Amino acid sequence: MLYRENGQFKTTYRADQQIFPITQDRVAIGLMLAFAFIAVPLMASDYLYASILIPLVIMSLAAIGVNILVGYCGQISLGSGAFMAVGAYGAYNFFVRIPGMPLIPTLILGGLCAMSFGILFGLPSLRVKGLYLAVATLAAQFFSDWMFLRIKWLTNDSASGSVSVTQLQVFGLPIQSPVSKYLFCLAVLVIVALLAKNLVRGAIGREWMAIRDMDVAAAVIGIRPMYAKLSAFAVSSFIIGMAGALWAFVHLGSWEPAAFSVEISFRLLFMVIIGGLGSIMGGFFGAAFIVVLPIALNRFLPAFMSLFGIEISTAGVSHAELMIFGGLIVWFLIVEPHGLARLWSMAKQKLRLWPFPH
Amino acid sequence: MAFFLETLIGGLMAGMLYSLVALGFVLIYKASGVFNFAQGAMVLFAALAMARFSEWIPKWTGIDNLFIANLIAFAIAAVLMFVVAWLIERLVLRHLVNQEGATLLMATLGIAYFLEGLGQTLFGSDIYKIDIGMPKDPIFMLDTVFPGGILVNKEDVIAAAIAASLVILLSIFFQKTTTGRALRAVADDHQAAQSIGIPLNRIWVIVWCVAGVVALVSGMIWGSKLGVQFSLTTIALRALPVVILGGLTSVPGAILGGLIIGVGEKLSEVYLGPYVGGGIEIWFAYVLALVFLLFRPQGLFGEKIIDRV
Repeated sequence: MLYRENGQFKTTYRADQQIFPITQDRVAIGLMLAFAFIAVPLMASDYLYASILIPLVIMSLAAIGVNILVGYCGQISLGSGAFMAVGAYGAYNFFVRIPGMPLIPTLILGGLCAMSFGILFGLPSLRVKGLYLAVATLAAQFFSDWMFLRIKWLTNDSASGSVSVTQLQVFGLPIQSPVSKYLFCLAVLVIVALLAKNLVRGAIGREWMAIRDMDVAAAVIGIRPMYAKLSAFAVSSFIIGMAGALWAFVHLGSWEPAAFSVEISFRLLFMVIIGGLGSIMGGFFGAAFIVVLPIALNRFLPAFMSLFGIEISTAGVSHAELMIFGGLIVWFLIVEPHGLARLWSMAKQKLRLWPFPH
Repeated sequence: MAFFLETLIGGLMAGMLYSLVALGFVLIYKASGVFNFAQGAMVLFAALAMARFSEWIPKWTGIDNLFIANLIAFAIAAVLMFVVAWLIERLVLRHLVNQEGATLLMATLGIAYFLEGLGQTLFGSDIYKIDIGMPKDPIFMLDTVFPGGILVNKEDVIAAAIAASLVILLSIFFQKTTTGRALRAVADDHQAAQSIGIPLNRIWVIVWCVAGVVALVSGMIWGSKLGVQFSLTTIALRALPVVILGGLTSVPGAILGGLIIGVGEKLSEVYLGPYVGGGIEIWFAYVLALVFLLFRPQGLFGEKIIDRV
């Protein structure tokens, strides 16, 4: 009964329709935000920022984008890395070519570049779906890999497509120290997550879900498949593009096309599967899982194996990582297709009834 | 003209190898509706097993005949692939019956990761070589017609011949044997096949076994050409557009699609590449398949699926 909603009366439609209608949720979210914005910067070390926190925040953003497309609209995509790359290089071009370009509009313009790329490669989704579409999005991936390696104009004539940015600042404040990088990415994440949450619970989100569940039936009840699918592609690739720009600008600083290879696309898809298809919360869980697991394995697996007297090399750890990833994906698909987010909501359900099991 | 023909033949040879990988996809999709992303990982796994066993067997048993060592290694690798197929059916597919295509696709991605990790844990992750005694020297053809003749790689010819004979063998298997007929029945209609007493699970195991052997053969050929290494998994990604072009359910489609993609890639690289900066081999097949999809979503020979509410 820790998580009880009776007694919380709503007397207006506004109150009934808010994102977190239950007081405990509002308090919990407030505490989490306070923790992320205030407590974490007080405690974290530079290593923690660079290897876990910043990647986690940016990948959560990207995972939210992928989830909109894959989880909410059911359009399976293996081209997320391409959208990230287009976002990153698009933003880079605006940043370098226009003197005095501020960072936030740069990110948004990068997102818009990714959006137009996403719509272009989303066009096949009007004709094909499922497996065929996965291949169509892979085309986006390979095309972008090639584009940023070979078309010199896009990378400002740099050799092999590697570029770098320096002196980032927002409203005159420099984004150089790990803390400021973290806080900036976190702010972007919170804003986008809020917008995305509102989008998916509104009319357009319902259209996406209708298309996902059964597109023919959705078309019959008056949802335009073209509009719904392309808008999902647009919104999703916009968010992924912004995440890509952040990944490149803030996390990497200097990067090359290989930073956004097909591997990233697969990773993002795994985040969504493990985190929970069709859930904004799942994006955070999935990203946390995929970012933290390799680091944890690298740290603890050799120690753990040496308990049994087995020496494990770095290569061995990375193979174990592959196996664990693969096994987990299959396991999640079989046992819990809704991912970690489902466990979260089950926990809430249990708390609602606690201490009585039924 | 001679150069064009040379490129064309090179493309056809490469295309034959793509067909072989694509065949693995088509077999599994036909019989179980699973789009097997793990085909590349299976190729890597099989090739790694074969490479390492052909290296270990002479050491263990003292056989120094290359052919026999390779034969035993091939057999062991084939048995390993059967075990893998059985385990996949038992541990994964059985639990995912009646799920959507997308779920199954993601499950095979998981299998792919697992197999990549497992293969490299068991057999090591260096670059290994498979030496099945293919001659490396090129041959010249038609040197009376064209000055200098047409240069053809003997290795490619043999590889294409192996691929072609495997395709013929498979079609005989599908057309003439009882198991083949059962496989076709399952591909046609799962429920109807089951209702006349064809055991679905066994059929799936058989199909995955066949796909495993196909993976082993393609791994053997690619491995002896390029060496057995992790990048072998990417040939599955190269073969995807082939399947799309040919249609997911059609064996002739996989073959023709492979040839078209192979020729298209080589010709575009040679004649179009210089204008756009080269390296377009990577995406040409995909964009070709993509454009093709817009006009004929079911592929060249695929079945047209009509959705009804």
